[in-house]
Amino acid sequence: MLRRCLGRMVIAVAGASLAYFAATLALDPRASLESRSPRPPRAAVSARLASLGLDDRVPPARRYAAWASRVARGDFGATLDGMPVRGELLRRAGASLRLVVAGGGVGWAGGVLLGAVGASRPRGVLDRLITAGALVTMAVPAFALAVLLQTAAQGVNAWAGVPVFAWTGEYTPGAAGAAADRLRHLLLPATVLTLGQAAMCARYQRGLMLDALSSDWGRAALARGLRRRTVLRRHALRVTLAPMTTFAAYGFAALLTGTAVTEKIFAWHGLGEWLIDSIAADDVNAVAACGCATAMTVALVGLLADLAHPALDPRARP
Amino acid sequence: MTAVLEVSGLGVTFAGGVRAVRGVAFGVAPGEVFAVVGESGAGKSATALALAGLLPASARIQGSVRLRGRELLGLPERDLAAVRSKEIALVFQDPAFTPVHRIGAQIAEAVRAHRRVSRRAAAARAVGLLRLAGIQDAAAVARAYPHQLSGGQSRRAMIAVAMAADPYVIVADEPTAGLDPPVRARVLDTLRTVQRRTGAALILITHDLGLAVERADRIMVMRAGRTARIGPAATALTGPSMPRAAPALLRSVPRLGHTGGRANAPTVLAVHGLVKEYPARGVARRRMRAVDGVGFDVRAGEALGLVGESGCGKTTTLKEIAALRTGVVFGRDAASLSAAQRRELRRDLQLVFQGHALDPRMTAGAILAEPLRAHGRRRSEIAARVPDLLHLVGLDPAHAARRPDELSGGQRQRVGIARALALDPRLLLLDEPFSALDVSTQAGVVALLRGLKTRLGLAYVIAAHDLAVLRLLADRVAVMRRGRIVELGDAGAVYGTPAHPYTRTLLDAVPPSPPPRERPGRTVGDSWPGRAVEGPWPSRAVGDSWPGRAVEGPWPGRAVGDPPPDPRGGCPFRTRCPVFPALAAPSRRRCAEQDPALRHLAPDHAVACHFPSQGEPR
Repeated sequence: MLRRCLGRMVIAVAGASLAYFAATLALDPRASLESRSPRPPRAAVSARLASLGLDDRVPPARRYAAWASRVARGDFGATLDGMPVRGELLRRAGASLRLVVAGGGVGWAGGVLLGAVGASRPRGVLDRLITAGALVTMAVPAFALAVLLQTAAQGVNAWAGVPVFAWTGEYTPGAAGAAADRLRHLLLPATVLTLGQAAMCARYQRGLMLDALSSDWGRAALARGLRRRTVLRRHALRVTLAPMTTFAAYGFAALLTGTAVTEKIFAWHGLGEWLIDSIAADDVNAVAACGCATAMTVALVGLLADLAHPALDPRARP
Repeated sequence: MTAVLEVSGLGVTFAGGVRAVRGVAFGVAPGEVFAVVGESGAGKSATALALAGLLPASARIQGSVRLRGRELLGLPERDLAAVRSKEIALVFQDPAFTPVHRIGAQIAEAVRAHRRVSRRAAAARAVGLLRLAGIQDAAAVARAYPHQLSGGQSRRAMIAVAMAADPYVIVADEPTAGLDPPVRARVLDTLRTVQRRTGAALILITHDLGLAVERADRIMVMRAGRTARIGPAATALTGPSMPRAAPALLRSVPRLGHTGGRANAPTVLAVHGLVKEYPARGVARRRMRAVDGVGFDVRAGEALGLVGESGCGKTTTLKEIAALRTGVVFGRDAASLSAAQRRELRRDLQLVFQGHALDPRMTAGAILAEPLRAHGRRRSEIAARVPDLLHLVGLDPAHAARRPDELSGGQRQRVGIARALALDPRLLLLDEPFSALDVSTQAGVVALLRGLKTRLGLAYVIAAHDLAVLRLLADRVAVMRRGRIVELGDAGAVYGTPAHPYTRTLLDAVPPSPPPRERPGRTVGDSWPGRAVEGPWPSRAVGDSWPGRAVEGPWPGRAVGDPPPDPRGGCPFRTRCPVFPALAAPSRRRCAEQDPALRHLAPDHAVACHFPSQGEPR
């Protein structure tokens, strides 16, 4: 277990370092600062870059070493605008987490359920509907899905006469009933994520369930006199939980920064949106922080999946 | 005789028009043992599944199956669930338990499926059933997960499930396939005891006519989906209306009595002091030696058999050779090879895996083309080679279009051999090439391998637990026990005048052939096939095991009810040795203090025993 932890940490460090090098080599914060108006004097820009640890006259390896030693102490530096990255990172990660946990969680559960339902009567009407739905959802890009949902929500709002749905930001500033308001804002962007996740999970789950039912132990469970439904629920579903959990864990890690499109469309100020904005602004420290967060999430989620696996599958227990 | 189960005009057609069963009819009386015998592909298993309505939904079923007068065919799924296990129970060929639930819980499930009992009562009943099925530490087994059981324990647990609801009929489909002879006999005895106790009818499905004659009251021989013959077991072998299929089955039962000689040819493989360790479970830093100092050589055109009970390290030895990390292969020291040289050498040395290690989604043709493509052969060359390869192993070029599940067990094994031959190797490593095959198919594969050996000058290393079949193929034999070779030499010498007491016990467990003519008494426990090799059953007997390992289990340290560890020092076999107790005290001390090394009795016959039996024929 300890060795696994160490291994994961090594991977996380390597990932974060690569992200830093990519950011510092590809982005040009000097150009970004110099293009501001009024155009600042060259010396002022250099001084600014040096104070941010981004001086392009220092070799990248030394810049990396300085960055790494700061990050190791929990200091992610400052953005080009002089804001501390750490605070922003935490705020953004929180926003993304709320969205991804809601959307990914519901999507995973729904996908497992839909996949199981489809597998219970393969090639039945319900199975065909679910399969078709999943394939269409996977084929439609996220931004199209988001815009379609927004259009539909607009129609509902117009018909109802009151704003049932809201789709900009996390909350309406100054609105009453904060929790309900947040939920209202969460609904549409989370649905976009849910649909994508559910479609993928449903396909995967269906395949696993069908394999399980035609396995030796699936047939033996039927021979024991159990109803088909019981075999599905107590045996097939239970056995497939272990591989599905690993699948979901890494899916979750990918979602955390992969939601950029959705966040952008719904003005959801999360990590994905920040990453895109920071790349556009040549903000090396912010981009490196995003890379750091992603690498750590992947490592952490992988570790959690490793921990969950023996709990779900006795064959993996020591 | 009132039949509890009456089958008439039973027909099964699989998707794709394959007619697996065509018009089978029979009846079974309460308390009767009825054997269904036939070669693989004769429709035995399809018949068994049809009785319980467990065929895949795509299969079409005709005819009638009446259980106590009630028609089962065409019953809705819900009613069938109520019939299964309560009225008709199945024991499957492969023990099948859901991997994530405990054995006890799964047996309790069968108990609760038909009766309103509390969870606790069902759990207690599950332990009781396991005990009835002959498992000593039943409580521990009930708490275990399926993968923690040994092969014999799993079969017994399956039998416990079959008893759970006191069925009228128990259908056992090859309940002993793949088990070592001693365990096989005990499982069959258990099945018989259980059946007598419950008064159920037992339908025993097997490919082994000898076993059927010994165990059954009546026998039905199936051939190509039809009833070839049906009648009392006593007359099955002598009766005038004996079908042609049955003598074929009988003839193919391997007999002992064939000799080979050491080929005067270049050495293709030499292994010395091979060791493979696995980390032990539980105790920190202790390591388990699966292979402990094994050494032998193989010459061109020679077949070496590695024999021993499952878990003795045969397969591990093969894998270590195939890994090309150690040993002298075709005159080159494997340890000093570069990666490119190793890859080249790999072409000359091929592994043939146990049973069905073929990708179910590929056709036979694609399976054969794969190694050729991997080694950069041209497309036209591959297209020409594939039919040749199929022809070489006695298959039709048309088989190239079939997928593994459309081939019989023997045909699959032939495809596996053809795949290994694709790159013209000089040495084949075969891992239990016969264990998944029925007797007549085994004979065919043995003949094929013998033919290939002479025609292509191949050398073989064959790991097998079946000594009788191996005899037909091996020129030399290495008897393994707990990761060591205890006897090594010319097959004629080892089989004819076995020197190590362990070899003698192994040979004594081989069923005599042909099967007995008159029906032997049904004494529980001491009947053919197979007497116990060592010790009493169950967990100990299975337990010719080294610390923390069931002999039948696939991995060290997993079986429930581990036997105590070996005494330190001295000959590891002495605690089970039949010779040791009869020795004089000074000799005994020698066994207890010195671990015997392999020493030569004859130019090609070596044994690791201080007091080998010399020159006495068995």
